[in-house]
Amino acid sequence: MSNLLEVNQVSKNFGNFRALNNVSVSIPKGSIFGLLGPNGAGKTTLIRIINQITMPDSGTVHIDNELLNENHIKDIGYLPEERGLYKSMKVGDQALYLAQLKGLSKSEAKERLKYWFERLEIGDWWNKKIQELSKGMAQKIQFVVTVLHQPKLLIFDEPFSGFDPINANLIKDEILRLREDGATVIFSTHRMESVEELCDDIALINKSNKILDGKLIDIKRQYKINTFEVGIKANDNAILKHELSEKFAVSPANFKTLDNELKLNIQLSNGASPNDLLNYLTTKGEVSHFVELIPSVNDIFIQTVKNNQ
Amino acid sequence: MNHLPLIIKREYLTKVKNKSFIVMTFVSPLIMIILASVVAYLTQLNNEKVRNVSILDESGLVYDVFKSNDKTTFNVLSNMSIDEAKAFSKESEAYGLLHIGDFKDVKRASKSIQFYSEESPSLSLISDLESKLETKLTNLNLLDNGVDVDMINASKISVNIAQESFQGEKTSKTDSVVKLIFGGAAGYLLFMFIIIYGNMIMRSVIEEKTSRIIEVIISSVKPVQLMLGKIIGTSLAGITQFIIWLIIGSILLTVISVIFGINVVQSSQQDMMNQAMANPEINAQVQSIISSFYNLPLTNLIFAFILFFIGGYLLYSSLYAAIGAAVDNETDTQQFMLPIITPLMLAVYIGLFTVIEDPHGTVSTIFSFIPFTSPVVMLMRIPFGVPLWQQGLSFVILVATFMLTVWFAAKIYRVGILMYGKKPSYKELIKWIKY
Repeated sequence: MSNLLEVNQVSKNFGNFRALNNVSVSIPKGSIFGLLGPNGAGKTTLIRIINQITMPDSGTVHIDNELLNENHIKDIGYLPEERGLYKSMKVGDQALYLAQLKGLSKSEAKERLKYWFERLEIGDWWNKKIQELSKGMAQKIQFVVTVLHQPKLLIFDEPFSGFDPINANLIKDEILRLREDGATVIFSTHRMESVEELCDDIALINKSNKILDGKLIDIKRQYKINTFEVGIKANDNAILKHELSEKFAVSPANFKTLDNELKLNIQLSNGASPNDLLNYLTTKGEVSHFVELIPSVNDIFIQTVKNNQ
Repeated sequence: MNHLPLIIKREYLTKVKNKSFIVMTFVSPLIMIILASVVAYLTQLNNEKVRNVSILDESGLVYDVFKSNDKTTFNVLSNMSIDEAKAFSKESEAYGLLHIGDFKDVKRASKSIQFYSEESPSLSLISDLESKLETKLTNLNLLDNGVDVDMINASKISVNIAQESFQGEKTSKTDSVVKLIFGGAAGYLLFMFIIIYGNMIMRSVIEEKTSRIIEVIISSVKPVQLMLGKIIGTSLAGITQFIIWLIIGSILLTVISVIFGINVVQSSQQDMMNQAMANPEINAQVQSIISSFYNLPLTNLIFAFILFFIGGYLLYSSLYAAIGAAVDNETDTQQFMLPIITPLMLAVYIGLFTVIEDPHGTVSTIFSFIPFTSPVVMLMRIPFGVPLWQQGLSFVILVATFMLTVWFAAKIYRVGILMYGKKPSYKELIKWIKY
């Protein structure tokens, strides 16, 4: 699969502060790409460079193998983290204005807005002013304005903040649908569970440097620690525990069970097969729980950032 | 993509549709007119009150000069002592009592004149009395010294120097006054326009920042385009407001003067006309005012007004936009306002004081080239005739500076609109330019 966006060796300084240091990122076409990193790492700067709000000091950005230029503005939909609308302007007028700035004709914008307003069941807001709406309502309108011009690349910075769970879910479904329709999505958030749920690829930026990137599944493989969570019922749990700790590296585990099982995390040495472990365990008692521990994005995030310090 | 027209349209429409803008546009001329009519009415009331002044002339030299008119009635008392006269004046509620001592000698009599009143008397009344007394006593004194007053009056010559430039353009003193009024009005108009609508631009930039819409917008539009769109849109709204004010003002003035019979505008003109009929000298003056209006370099004035107005306004409004971008709220703008207001005030004062004194003197010439004062000062100078090369040079300097300021303001604007929570110092701003 080809890449929609290629960021190559991009650096940016603000005075003496280096906000991005030779960062390269490739975003495959049709993927949902998670851009992660602690506060102040440089994510927003990178997003602003892609949006041509700030210019990089060095390095290049290509969209569809074409050097980033003014014509790409209409190909990108950007929902910034710091977002808002004109307070005293009517919802409809405002949405029309913003859509026209993205290059849509007035009639086209009107037609599409009608469609989206109906779809999100906000049709009767057209003549209301933003200051009469709640924060979540305003966010919905902002979402519509971001996707209205059917951009190839959608950039969402914390898209779910300000939404209740129902609306957050609605927006999540819309994002997935947009991806199915061919859009590529960059997704910047601190909510790791949504990264886990949505993203195919991720990049982790810390202190102006990219420290990790790739397919989420590959990264997880890379970070797996060959550890299995085991629940087993033996005649004497204490003896079994002692026996196991002599053979493997074990640590206490914590999960819910129905009976009084022995709960352990068992780490296999490299090359050892989980089947051998399972076979061994069945000879010792009744196995009720056997799960490979897959590192969560949260764990990977925390571990990588800590190691990087 | 060029979105400038779209941005201008939005800025214009939001300004014009804004409730406080509409109220300002329609109510403020009303308030102004009402205020003017009240003042005019009160002045008339004040003038209509007839003052009663008692005269006790013990010398018998001057009582005959006091002739009652519709503003003052003079009541010449006789056969009274000063104390009796005072008591009488007080009783009869006279405005005051003028007392001339019992001296036949003109010089001694002139030293003995005194005015008694309940409150301190009006300045205009006193100077009126003084001038009457002076003329009479001078004439008496001349007579005493054996001089023929009629002969002196007959020999008096009045001089009115006719002025003409080397190019053959005739001018006069009234010309200068008319020029001053035109130049002053143009300069002052620009000054007011910059302050009112510059502030409006600044507020609208701050509004975009505080509502956080700015990042959405500049992901579709270049910041410079947004800034220029704001400046132009707001100016158009300002011009609309000015025109509406002019129209409403003239309509209301006519209506009010018809309904209430208060001649707010015409009174002075009518007076002048009436006097002109009576007095051929004043008639000539009125004619010279009218002719000096036509003597003004009108074409030059109009073109220069448009060019310098636009240039000066854009120069300052780009600075206002930059300030709006640099701060988070209006209270933080104070520290940056002074450097903007100072050159403007300087321009107006230089215009008012030095241009009157000498429109082509060194000070006024220099300041009509310095870009931050040139629009105002040059507009004030032009009615007096400024060589075209000077106007051209000044305008070129203005445009060059304007482009520089827009570049500078756009830099600050670009960085500033995305900065939150910092109260920037000048040092910070200079750093932003380098980003």
